[in-house]
Amino acid sequence: MTEGLTKAAARNIFYGGSLFFFLLFAALTAHSHFYIVNTSTQPMSDSVRLGKHVWEKHNCINCHTILGEGSYFAPEIGNVWTRFGGHNNPEGARMALKAWMNAQPTGAPGRRQMPAHDINDEEMQALIDFLEWTDSINTQDWPPHPAG
Amino acid sequence: MKYETQKVALPFFMLAMALFALQIVFGLVAAAAYVWPHFLSEAMPFNISRTSHTNLLIVWLLIGFMGSTYYLMPEEAENEIYSPKLAYFQLLLFAIAGAGALISYQFGIHEGRHYLEQPLWSKLLITISFLMFLFNTSMTMLKGRKTAINMVLMLGLWLAAVFWLFAFYNPDNLALDKLWWWWIVHIWVEGVWELIMASLLGYLLIKMTGVDREIIEKWLYVIVGLALFSGLLGTGHHYYWIGTPGYWQPIGSIFSTLEVIPFFAMVVFAFYMFWKGSRNHPNKAAMLWTLGCAAVAFFGAGVWGFMHTLSWINYYTHGTQVTAAHGHLAFYGAYVMLVLGIITYAMPQIRRVQPYNQVLNMWAFWIMTSAMWFMTFTLTFAGVVQTHLQRVLGMNFMQVQAQLDLFYMMRFGTGIFVGIAALMFIYSVFAPAREQASASVKQQPAIAAAE
Repeated sequence: MTEGLTKAAARNIFYGGSLFFFLLFAALTAHSHFYIVNTSTQPMSDSVRLGKHVWEKHNCINCHTILGEGSYFAPEIGNVWTRFGGHNNPEGARMALKAWMNAQPTGAPGRRQMPAHDINDEEMQALIDFLEWTDSINTQDWPPHPAG
Repeated sequence: MKYETQKVALPFFMLAMALFALQIVFGLVAAAAYVWPHFLSEAMPFNISRTSHTNLLIVWLLIGFMGSTYYLMPEEAENEIYSPKLAYFQLLLFAIAGAGALISYQFGIHEGRHYLEQPLWSKLLITISFLMFLFNTSMTMLKGRKTAINMVLMLGLWLAAVFWLFAFYNPDNLALDKLWWWWIVHIWVEGVWELIMASLLGYLLIKMTGVDREIIEKWLYVIVGLALFSGLLGTGHHYYWIGTPGYWQPIGSIFSTLEVIPFFAMVVFAFYMFWKGSRNHPNKAAMLWTLGCAAVAFFGAGVWGFMHTLSWINYYTHGTQVTAAHGHLAFYGAYVMLVLGIITYAMPQIRRVQPYNQVLNMWAFWIMTSAMWFMTFTLTFAGVVQTHLQRVLGMNFMQVQAQLDLFYMMRFGTGIFVGIAALMFIYSVFAPAREQASASVKQQPAIAAAE
């Protein structure tokens, strides 16, 4: 502790400094908001919006990660479109994703089990649209490998 | 205990401890699913046990913070609690909101956003209850003495409520969702909760070391200043890969490195005050938790956070078991140990007996803390292996996980020890008091009486 620093001075530095850093952080967040809307993400269709809702309805984030955030029990989903070859063969990827989700739980011995989710055709299309859209977000080249 | 209404804290502490035990149960279920993949996979899939584990942590810590605030506010403000009835009612509402959310998860009812899974009605009830709590404690403070301790504490609690409001904003755009989601999740635990933590630690140190309040309060302002100066822009380390601009990589790397400083200052502060203190407080167990909290928070939040916070390292480690290792030790050191420390300090006074069952309580400290360290090491090793195989070599996720079984078994084992230690802790504070007059009490009865 510096002898020169009084309690009142420490208090003022705390309040003033915190306000300064908060305003700076808020301004940068606002800029990032506009950057996301205009630059780093594609426009969303209604189906993509519905797909996000389907993603939330089934609590997928508490097994999977998406853009690296969530739980660490099941594979990364943010780039699943790439991993399933969606950029070269979108129809194939779509069918594979749908077949994979409908086949759960696999019951394979020694393998983690994905619960059965009751997802109808419209919601399944929307969920896959959402995954395709998520894959298109500019994430500064993350993840480093298609493995996720 | 000088003020009658300090005992308002008791039901808060009891509920917090019950939920703490439940949190460990769900943690064990989730950890078991890592080892035996089919364990409860139909009855309680992993996503449900995991949601319950993380939500219970937040709920019981918040209840613990509320109980701590009700306990210390009368002493700090030199004024009885504004309305004890309101406190009990607000606890009841909070308990209903928490229990209701927990039960609804078992039936697949949730909002599906990480940590903010509570159904809307539960979120609203939590908000109402928390506002009642803030009103009750703020009125108590406004009518009484305002110290740096209770001012910083109330500021932390009010800001926690303000940032919680972002829980009601869920943009359809996933990147925007994440951008604002961190305004709660990061700014709570690496920002305003640190105000709560530092002020509660300051309170315990004033009470137990006998160091002059002026000195401790000056330190408090310095530490919480450092916490916010680094922590706000430190949010940048969550903004690397979610579609945000590139400038967050240098900003996040620099400021989250600085986030280590307030935690380092807290260790120095706690141990320096302990060393400087003239008083030999009879509650050795509470002193142990206080010093342990500062030390483990420095390692868990500071060192383990720094380990993967630089953007070029985080590029490889993001979202692996390294994150899980950091999360477990950081929450345990900074907030779990803090609330357990306050309970250890307050319970003998609420029950109006000398510090009791101290030896058992200290065993609980050592077993729980060692187990959490061991858990952190196993998850760190798992994370390093995972990062290399998956992120560098590009192996498939499930193949990599199959290589980590040994670590997950050891992690499950440490979880059992945490559970045993938690039961020992709960028994030590709530069970019948066993006389354990320590040497210092015999030598310095006047000081014990002065408390």
